[in-house]
Amino acid sequence: MKLDTQTLRDLLDEKLPRGQVRAIQSSYKDADRFEKYLTVLQERVPWDEKIVLPFGEHLFIVAKGSGSYVVKCDCGHEFCDYRENWKLEALINVRSTPAQLQEIYPEKMHGHPDYNSLREFFCPGCRTLLEVEAVPPGYPVVHDFLPDLEGFYEDWLGRKLP
Amino acid sequence: MTIVDRSRDLERREARAIGWDGRTALEMLEESERLMAQTGRYQGIDQLELKASDPIRYEKLFSRLRGGLVTARETALNISASPIVKEIGELCFALYTPEGDSVALSTGIIVHVHTMSDAIKYMVRQGYEDDPGIASGDIFTNNDATIGDVHNADVQTIVPIFWEDELIGWAAGVTHEIDIGAKTPGSVPVGPISRFEDGIDLPAKKIGSGDRLWRDHILAGLKGTRTPMYWTLDEKTRLAGCHMIREAVERVVLEEGIDTYKRFIREVIEDGRRSFQSRLRQLTVPGRYRAPAFSEVPFAKEQQLPSYARRDTLMHAPLELRITREGMLELDYEGASAWGYHSMNCTPSAMQGAIWVQLTQLLICNDKVNDGAYFGLRSNFPPGTWSNHSNPQCSTGIAWSFLIPSFTGFVKSFSRALQARGFVEEVLAPYGLTANAFQGGGIDQYGRQSATTNFGLSCVGGGAKMVLDGLDYAAAMWNPEGDMGDMEMWEMIEPFLYLSQRVKPNTAGPGRHRGGSGYECLRLAWKTPFYEMQNIGNGYCFIQAGLWGGYPAATGYRHNVRGSDMLELVEARKPYPLSEPDPASSELQRAVGGRHDFDIEATTLPEVMSHGDLYLCMFRGGAGLGDPLERPYESVQEDIKEGFLLERYAESIYGVVPGDRHATNVRRAELREQRGRRAMPVREWMKQERQRILEHNMIEPVQRMYAESMRLSERWAREFRQFWELPENFDFPVPTPQVELSKAMLAQEAGS
Repeated sequence: MKLDTQTLRDLLDEKLPRGQVRAIQSSYKDADRFEKYLTVLQERVPWDEKIVLPFGEHLFIVAKGSGSYVVKCDCGHEFCDYRENWKLEALINVRSTPAQLQEIYPEKMHGHPDYNSLREFFCPGCRTLLEVEAVPPGYPVVHDFLPDLEGFYEDWLGRKLP
Repeated sequence: MTIVDRSRDLERREARAIGWDGRTALEMLEESERLMAQTGRYQGIDQLELKASDPIRYEKLFSRLRGGLVTARETALNISASPIVKEIGELCFALYTPEGDSVALSTGIIVHVHTMSDAIKYMVRQGYEDDPGIASGDIFTNNDATIGDVHNADVQTIVPIFWEDELIGWAAGVTHEIDIGAKTPGSVPVGPISRFEDGIDLPAKKIGSGDRLWRDHILAGLKGTRTPMYWTLDEKTRLAGCHMIREAVERVVLEEGIDTYKRFIREVIEDGRRSFQSRLRQLTVPGRYRAPAFSEVPFAKEQQLPSYARRDTLMHAPLELRITREGMLELDYEGASAWGYHSMNCTPSAMQGAIWVQLTQLLICNDKVNDGAYFGLRSNFPPGTWSNHSNPQCSTGIAWSFLIPSFTGFVKSFSRALQARGFVEEVLAPYGLTANAFQGGGIDQYGRQSATTNFGLSCVGGGAKMVLDGLDYAAAMWNPEGDMGDMEMWEMIEPFLYLSQRVKPNTAGPGRHRGGSGYECLRLAWKTPFYEMQNIGNGYCFIQAGLWGGYPAATGYRHNVRGSDMLELVEARKPYPLSEPDPASSELQRAVGGRHDFDIEATTLPEVMSHGDLYLCMFRGGAGLGDPLERPYESVQEDIKEGFLLERYAESIYGVVPGDRHATNVRRAELREQRGRRAMPVREWMKQERQRILEHNMIEPVQRMYAESMRLSERWAREFRQFWELPENFDFPVPTPQVELSKAMLAQEAGS
């Protein structure tokens, strides 16, 4: 199915009927989706740096010039070099008591705090909840995604990193 | 020379090799592996000549074989009497090359496409061609996870396909048995602590010839399980399906010619490999992805277990996915914790199967699905860990128990890649755990000995999507076609009535999009003098957090009432509860007398229930996606109305004041401010957490999990110490007997 940029906007804004979403899911994928996605995302952020890679909801890897690429929130807050774990520069709230967990889950449905707790990572700029971890105490902060940006652009897309 | 010796001159001295061009099957397998290693291509194929010269014929060939497999499944399942097979469809069939590589498969539990490949290759490698022999009409079976399976309950039938004395392939089928004759009843027995308790053991055996099952095997099966009728009919189901596949292949060979068939089955696998790598490049981003998962084995309370098994354990799956620039997929479990004296261990075959079932739903869902994808990936399941126990005495009776949670990281990682490429319609948060397993055995309502594994668990909540909420009570990680079966059918074979089957509020993980919801059933033990019932699911650990601010699905709990006065309430025409929407305020606990096991002990060994007792069976939800404060006000209102969310959680999770949009906006702004006040910079928090680690200030099961991972993997230990800036000799002061035993066994194996 040929999916144009406006349909992608509507898909993201959840304006499409379920039947159409289903059809898009089942269809062969459009080869230039990445470019269309970048276009749509770039027009929605309030800053000018070029998005190099979407990095989950609200986060982007952007080009800062001189070969520097950083993780940036759509609110404008910049975390760190994309090769570092942005979570280490975030704010954290740990839910590790029954009372804290019971703000989210009913009693008996939130696990045992001695075995695992919830770590909430917020953007220091806009306080958006960007990631949640469910891990035992003492577990290293998970580095979810370390993209091979150079390999992606040069070997897969066949062009230089912006 | 005596006359007797002389008579043997007439006999054929050596059996003719069954492979192509006078080779043995083993020689064909070795050649295939050599060509793959040398060229990186299946059978060294460079050009897809058949596909290029006549693409329509090529596609028709694939469709005919695929159609033959699907038809075999859809027809053969009608032989079975087991609801698991007949209604839920827990079976699948596949066609293999002579070397054991899958060419095409049916629908169903496609996790087994690669496990059966392992079983065929095992027979080829072990020289079955010479002894016990592989001939037209032979029948083989396997359910040994160390050879090629997930657990004993998945029983395979394998039939060689010959054409003019040459082995041209294998047809194979698998069904999930309702009981496997293990130490405790059912198909996912929670009781075994060693392999010797896992039930019927069929380690790649020949069980028939001349297209007929041998009588000794049939008789042994009747004695081996608590449900001999289901066992026998399931075996006939598998055999009938295999024979239908063989006929479909023979028809294709007759019409297309044997040379075309031989060329096709190789090209189509190389085609599958190329297609997989091409999809990887089209849909993902190269790089490293991590998503660890955890699960508890809460056995310290189980007094009937021996002391060495009577302990609480935390299992660790440090899933790391790597996509290389070359388009290779690598799955790495380096740092996994040790196997244990329980039934929740795995073999590499099971883990490969799980990769398979995930890939077919994530990347290669609408293309030629066969072993080509297997040749496009590498995996590391380190020996001595739960993911590759490497211990001939280790139990894998309920291997799914942690395999399922551990693979939540697989879908989560792929979703990060899919979002980065813009394929937002494919993004999916982690699925729900297929639990609780309502399972047990004893005397049923007809006064007969019986056992059951209820497959209502194959309809839990799916993960939230980026553009939709998760699928409500309709998903199973291991079978793309979720089906809970009919209550009426389950009531026929289980001595438990359904008092209700309802949506379970708050099971779904919250988020901008919530996960799919779970549901619950309240079951009343009916006309049974005793039925041993267990609980299997997560009560201590979330199986995986959601994506990008989405929370994990809720954990589960048990609520079983023994010696209940439920029937007295009914007799007295007093009101009685039908469900438990909120365990924090349980009408079931208030209104019904008896011994309430009402806690987070969601995995237990069997304990007897009898007529009038109650069993609450809670099925889990899927994880959420995105910040819950961004969930539309209307969606939260709808969740409350439809019973997916308890109203009191609208505000604390979503900042929604029901019925007041303006107050909602104000509350959401307040909650955002509150986040800032509650939270602290991660690096500050890390100082506190580091001190906690240095003081070993955590419970023993958590320390043991870390100690096992560190002692089994130097790499993981080094990373752990580096992250927390710990001394080079830092360790946890707890014994890890399984690690030491594994190291000794592996050293002995290496030495021999």
